[in-house]
Amino acid sequence: MKIVAQTLEQIAGVEIFPIISLLIFFVFFLIVGYMVFTADKNYIEEMKNMPLDKDEDFHDDL
Amino acid sequence: MELQKFTYDNKLSKMFLYATVLWGIVAMLVGLTAAFELIFPKMSGGISWLVFSRLRPLHTNAAIFAFVGNSIFLAVYYSTPRLLKTPMYSKALGCIHFWGWQFIIVLAAVTLPLGFTQSKEYAELIWPIDVLVVIIWVVFGLNLIMTMVKRRVKHIYVAIWFYIATWVTVAVLYIVNNLQIPTSFLHSYPVYAGIQDALVQWWYGHNAVAFFLTTPILGMMYYFVPKAANRPVYSYKLSIIHFWALIFLYIWAGPHHLLYSALPDWAQALGVVFSIMLIAPSWGGMINGLLTLRGAWDKVREDPVLKMFVVAITAYGMSTFEGPMLSLKTVNALSHFTDWTIAHVHIGTLGWNGMMAFGMIYWLVPRLYKTKLWSVKLANTHFWIATLGMLFFSIPLYFAGFTQALMWKEFTEEGFLAYPNFLETVTQILPMYYLRAFGGTLYFTGAILFVVNVWNTASSGKFVRYEEDEAAAKHAPKAGEGWHRKLEGKPLQFTVAALIVILIGGLIEIIPMYLVKTNVPTITSVQPYTPLELEGRDIYVREGCYLCHSQMIRPFRNEVERYGEYTKAGETVYDHPFQFGSKRTGPDLAREGVKSLPNYKPDSWHYNHMLDPQKMNAESIMPPYPWLIENDLDYTNIESKISVMQSFGVPYDSYLNGQDPVEAMQAQAAQIAQGLRSGGIDVDDNKEIIALIAYLQRLGTDLYSE
Repeated sequence: MKIVAQTLEQIAGVEIFPIISLLIFFVFFLIVGYMVFTADKNYIEEMKNMPLDKDEDFHDDL
Repeated sequence: MELQKFTYDNKLSKMFLYATVLWGIVAMLVGLTAAFELIFPKMSGGISWLVFSRLRPLHTNAAIFAFVGNSIFLAVYYSTPRLLKTPMYSKALGCIHFWGWQFIIVLAAVTLPLGFTQSKEYAELIWPIDVLVVIIWVVFGLNLIMTMVKRRVKHIYVAIWFYIATWVTVAVLYIVNNLQIPTSFLHSYPVYAGIQDALVQWWYGHNAVAFFLTTPILGMMYYFVPKAANRPVYSYKLSIIHFWALIFLYIWAGPHHLLYSALPDWAQALGVVFSIMLIAPSWGGMINGLLTLRGAWDKVREDPVLKMFVVAITAYGMSTFEGPMLSLKTVNALSHFTDWTIAHVHIGTLGWNGMMAFGMIYWLVPRLYKTKLWSVKLANTHFWIATLGMLFFSIPLYFAGFTQALMWKEFTEEGFLAYPNFLETVTQILPMYYLRAFGGTLYFTGAILFVVNVWNTASSGKFVRYEEDEAAAKHAPKAGEGWHRKLEGKPLQFTVAALIVILIGGLIEIIPMYLVKTNVPTITSVQPYTPLELEGRDIYVREGCYLCHSQMIRPFRNEVERYGEYTKAGETVYDHPFQFGSKRTGPDLAREGVKSLPNYKPDSWHYNHMLDPQKMNAESIMPPYPWLIENDLDYTNIESKISVMQSFGVPYDSYLNGQDPVEAMQAQAAQIAQGLRSGGIDVDDNKEIIALIAYLQRLGTDLYSE
């Protein structure tokens, strides 16, 4: 505990880390949002069908 | 394009499937026993390893890590090779993972009832087992990541992102929360104390729910729901947003377990805000799961697999709505420490985790054995019994929670507590405990039907160990692809990215807590525990007292009136580990030792109460702890315990002032035992009960000694 606190205290300007992390979070999220909404349709379709691309031979027998 | 042939090996899927079924039954049976023990407190018959407070950690650990854990590994070992078009990287690593995990479960099942515990909820396992968990977890991760490296497909399906996020986050959480220094082979103290320990624990505890009971199950959902419905997921875009938002937001929400506690307000506020924001991705996920079934609702009527998935996803939606509501301070003021929490988590485990596991296994067994499900009718019966069982379990507990909280808070017109005797509020809700046990019995009965069905299905077919498949050789990444798609193409980098994401959330909570000294104001009258009290405290931890008794008086009029001055962060600075508790089946004990408060009990009362609680309060539901009176106190480890405490900065040098810890213990024990003997109780100085009494009588007194 002490070791961790001491190590952290030695970092200059460590107080700003949490704020930076909040900003990184927010910016990253905006970018992911943008990427997703502008994503290529074919890619999305391909990904969507990934679990299903094998012929289901005995699926509907249940 | 060249097509490569390869085979999937179903052996590990089969092994994890049987482990899921077996441990599911064990976890439910232990839970059911615990539920009955709350109604029949003498049921444990004075046998230490059967008492509620030792079985409860076994129940939670078995449900989470054994039942749900094995179901997760089943999903991972079945779906990952099929999504990546390659067998798992290493059969040997898979086998080590399987047997290592089962060995850990067996060790847990032995150590927890014997009282070897760290007392942190869902992190109770003692340090040697923790080390083993980390090793096995690394083996699992290595196998998973290397399978991703070896894959034949270009992009990685979202289910696997959830698996990877699970792996990374659980590793970080588990290691950080279990940082401790051993005092012996079976015992250790956490490096954190009091409020900091509580913050780290609930950062872990909340994220154990998030990253062990939620994200991997979402991976399961994104693979098995489309499979069972035979149609793709409703929105793949939504699943990406769901993924990133969820792993970002979850990691910040932990402090909502410590509302109104001695935790600084900024940390509480942070926990609340992020918990509320969690509704969005959680409901996005629920909607995505349910809408995957659009156009297939006719099938839902007949197919027990889809029915179970629908209830599971609905339960996910309900509990992820309820969770944020419970994080609102006003709601939490009512719900915290009551059975409301128990009801909430069981919607999650019985509904979301249980139904997903059952649905997945009902879908898988016929495929692994190339046959049909033995009885669709029986599976449908299981579905109905399990759903009713879940409701019979939870609804009475919601009612119990409201009722008890309102009774705790009620004042008479004259300004006194309407129910000053805690026990009155317990007997009032006891009928609800009967109904809960009935609900649990129903759910368990359903699980027995499940075992019969799985067994007969497997017996009616022949196990298909290898399945052939073919796919094009691995693509090289093309130039001009989006960065996210490139990132997915690189599993190691993707893992690191997910790690950074969750660390960011962890940092914002933990860095300020470590640094800002004003977060934990010093109280000069707060002193370390005497060696005898420290031993007594370790007995308190061993018996799991924290599972029914909190040590955290919240700053409410009714709590201050009932229990005394509210708990300050500075009072907990020597508490390795913290003992705030999360449930009040019995009263709070934070100020148990303060003589001027109404709850104070003399030493002799505690002695008789441990021996036979019903003799002191006929309606009490506390089980007896007679072994505390018979067992000799172990003096052998006290020096190493004190020296570990000193390494944390607990000022034993000045406190003991050169006195030998063993001598200090004996002197204090002799004094307490003498007091008991003069009251007509025949007791030796060196019994465990003496240490426990010493600890109980110390609780909360420092603040009053000023």
